[in-house]
Amino acid sequence: MNKTICFYFQVHQPDRLRLYRFFDIGNDSHYFDDFANRTILKRVAEKCYLPANNMMLDLIKKYGKEFKITYSISGVAIEQFEKYAPQVLESFQALAKTGCVEFLAETYSHSLASMVSPTEFKKQVKQHAQLIEKYFGVKPTAFRNTELVYSDAIGETVSELGYHTMLTEGAKQILGWKSPNYIYTNAINPRLKLLLRNFNMSDDIAFRFSDKSWDSWPLTADKYATWVMNAFNDGDVVNLFMDYETFGEHQNASTGIFDFMYALPGVMLSHGIGFCTPSEAVKMYQPVAPLHVPFPISWADEERDTSAWLGNELQNEAFGKIYALESKVFKTKDENLISTYRRLQESDHFYYMCTKFFSDGVVHSYFNPYETPYEAFINYMNVLSDFEIRVQDKLLAIKKKS
Amino acid sequence: MKVLMFGWEFPPHIAGGLGTACYGMTKGLAHNDVEVLFVMPSASGDEDQSAVRIINASDVAVYDKCHSVDEFLSKVNFLRVGSNLSPYIDPVEFTSLVEKEQRFQREEFTGYFKQKYKFSGRYGKNLMEEVSRYAMVAGAIAMDNQFDVIHAHDWLTYLAGIAAKRVSGKPLVIHVHATEFDRSGENINTEVFHLEQMGMQEADRVITVSNLTRNIVINKYGIDPAKVITVHNAVDFTGRSDLSVQRGVKEKVITFLGRITFQKGPEYFIEAANKVLKMYPNVRFVMAGSGDLMNRSIRRVAKLKIADRFHFTGFLRGDDVQRMFAYSDVYVMPSVSEPFGISPLEAMKSNVPTIISKQSGVAEVLKYAIKVDFWDIDALADAMYALLMYPAISKEAVAKGADEVNALKWDNAATRIKQVYEAAINSKK
Repeated sequence: MNKTICFYFQVHQPDRLRLYRFFDIGNDSHYFDDFANRTILKRVAEKCYLPANNMMLDLIKKYGKEFKITYSISGVAIEQFEKYAPQVLESFQALAKTGCVEFLAETYSHSLASMVSPTEFKKQVKQHAQLIEKYFGVKPTAFRNTELVYSDAIGETVSELGYHTMLTEGAKQILGWKSPNYIYTNAINPRLKLLLRNFNMSDDIAFRFSDKSWDSWPLTADKYATWVMNAFNDGDVVNLFMDYETFGEHQNASTGIFDFMYALPGVMLSHGIGFCTPSEAVKMYQPVAPLHVPFPISWADEERDTSAWLGNELQNEAFGKIYALESKVFKTKDENLISTYRRLQESDHFYYMCTKFFSDGVVHSYFNPYETPYEAFINYMNVLSDFEIRVQDKLLAIKKKS
Repeated sequence: MKVLMFGWEFPPHIAGGLGTACYGMTKGLAHNDVEVLFVMPSASGDEDQSAVRIINASDVAVYDKCHSVDEFLSKVNFLRVGSNLSPYIDPVEFTSLVEKEQRFQREEFTGYFKQKYKFSGRYGKNLMEEVSRYAMVAGAIAMDNQFDVIHAHDWLTYLAGIAAKRVSGKPLVIHVHATEFDRSGENINTEVFHLEQMGMQEADRVITVSNLTRNIVINKYGIDPAKVITVHNAVDFTGRSDLSVQRGVKEKVITFLGRITFQKGPEYFIEAANKVLKMYPNVRFVMAGSGDLMNRSIRRVAKLKIADRFHFTGFLRGDDVQRMFAYSDVYVMPSVSEPFGISPLEAMKSNVPTIISKQSGVAEVLKYAIKVDFWDIDALADAMYALLMYPAISKEAVAKGADEVNALKWDNAATRIKQVYEAAINSKK
């Protein structure tokens, strides 16, 4: 049977908060740093999204149906494209038209709702699926959760939503001796198939590619192909899941990352290795075993757990407080409030409060607009306080009317 | 009467309350016909000089003013701070060491002051070095000016005061605004302690800002009670206009405003807040300021799960301090050890009822503020709750408090300071 590579790229940009002071609470309900968000999005569009999309389009033209890729674009990122860089959306639409690209379902606001509120989680997944259908003309059939967060229970919720395919991390603590290069199933509902990220081979591209102290530097498409061949000794499909920003943003164009990616499909195809999308993979290959994941895993940090977002008291407090507002927010039926509520759930806000500076500090500080996690916490809680006041006011107004 | 006064800061460039106090004091002294020559390490030129003449120590070139370096040094040769003299040496060795040290000092001193020394005037790394250089400059200034008495504020300037006294033979008054015990608890910096003690011993009179501080000076520094006199601080609110704020929150606001350090007792505020919130959730707490316990305080608040009702502002500058008072319904100063504490007076001036710890000097002059032991979280929570729930109490506290604050005039405090000057001068005769 054919062996394949499954490429999936994550596209997400957070809505960074502005410096929001105590004195602003109740007085000013403008929370987001529009300038920073616009500037960063435009920069990443120039350096990554547009050139990378062009390259993918070229590759598809060159290899036709032989070359397949998959994207997951968060709803809030799509909103930012609409506002600041519509040409990026158009180029994704052009990719969608080729029929060689699958778009995944995820939470609309790149949230961690799956961990506390199945109701809110389901709403966000549905909202996201509608958005994807609106822009790309297809209903997504495979699901990936924010930061690849997964557990048996989350998988069950996802299958309740009608998805039969889900992507997550090939975390060591879950797999043990097992290979990530097979299809597995959810421990509760075996109809849900799982694709596991081969983190070694993904990180060779996403993290190590430009590292000159790495003994395999420089990485070439030929060298990489031999590793992929080896991986197929134990498996059918190598899942290469990474941030799309790897191309041109995390790995600068000058590192040769674009040339590497451009050369890769040709080399792979010449070795008889194909490409597939997640939904195709589960049709091609039989699952080998159920996978037991009692506690949530993710693709972040060494631990591959959720401690980057919910690992200290600051994060737990902020997370607890925002989800405590859920029922009140939806009682307001105010679209503006609900949309803000969703954006305040973006996992990035909690990531900025992470205090695990020592092992993974390098990656964390790269993504962090705050100098300390404490500042991130104070700022977030100030915003949340104002938001809570607005929700209360709205509810009071509704009560008065009725 | 003319006084040579050594300070470390003067408005508008201030890091703490010392500069503000010096400003009010010099104005009060001017009204009492006392002329003040105010020396500070690094003046910017925009200080208010209506009541004082300010000498910028950075502008004083010592070298050409000292006719004889040897004569000068014979009077001020104690100036090296933190010298490494060992107690385990015999007298002969000691004499040779001292001579060597003096020779070294002479060279160093001549070297320093060929040009002016630029003081940073900040509370930073080379503080000890600045303190001793400031003293050398002080000696030179004392030689060059006419005055009746020397007045030095806090340990940073004590050496300067002593130098001026040695050179001029005039009496020295030192003013204790805070002691090392207030700043560091029991884990004191011995170098600073010894400097403070030396200043107190050399002084003809010691002024303390409260009886609380007076007791520390007498008991912990072993100073003769007869020469330690308490003169409570005052406040000067001229030129202050009432600031109105647009309040964004409906709940009452209870405020802690100050450095978030051991001395100010932030943890007691947090624990009491937690107790109040359990009884009465419609209140918000604000901790305004920054300091080395800030991150710990934030973690504690998060752990107690009250962060939606407990806010941090970070360090507040300029008008924001007044805005914060205007925003507050109750002001709390739970200091573990506060020689005086001016901010409760500012709060009361802004018509905010105030809770202060019994361990603060200001408690001695405020009859109508609510006073609790800093460690008594239950009492603090009770007091907060009472001021929130029973408007009669807070109304009373506001009205009476305003009268009390208005009575604390620098003119009156300056009259008492002038009496201390006179006593110091007479004791010298």
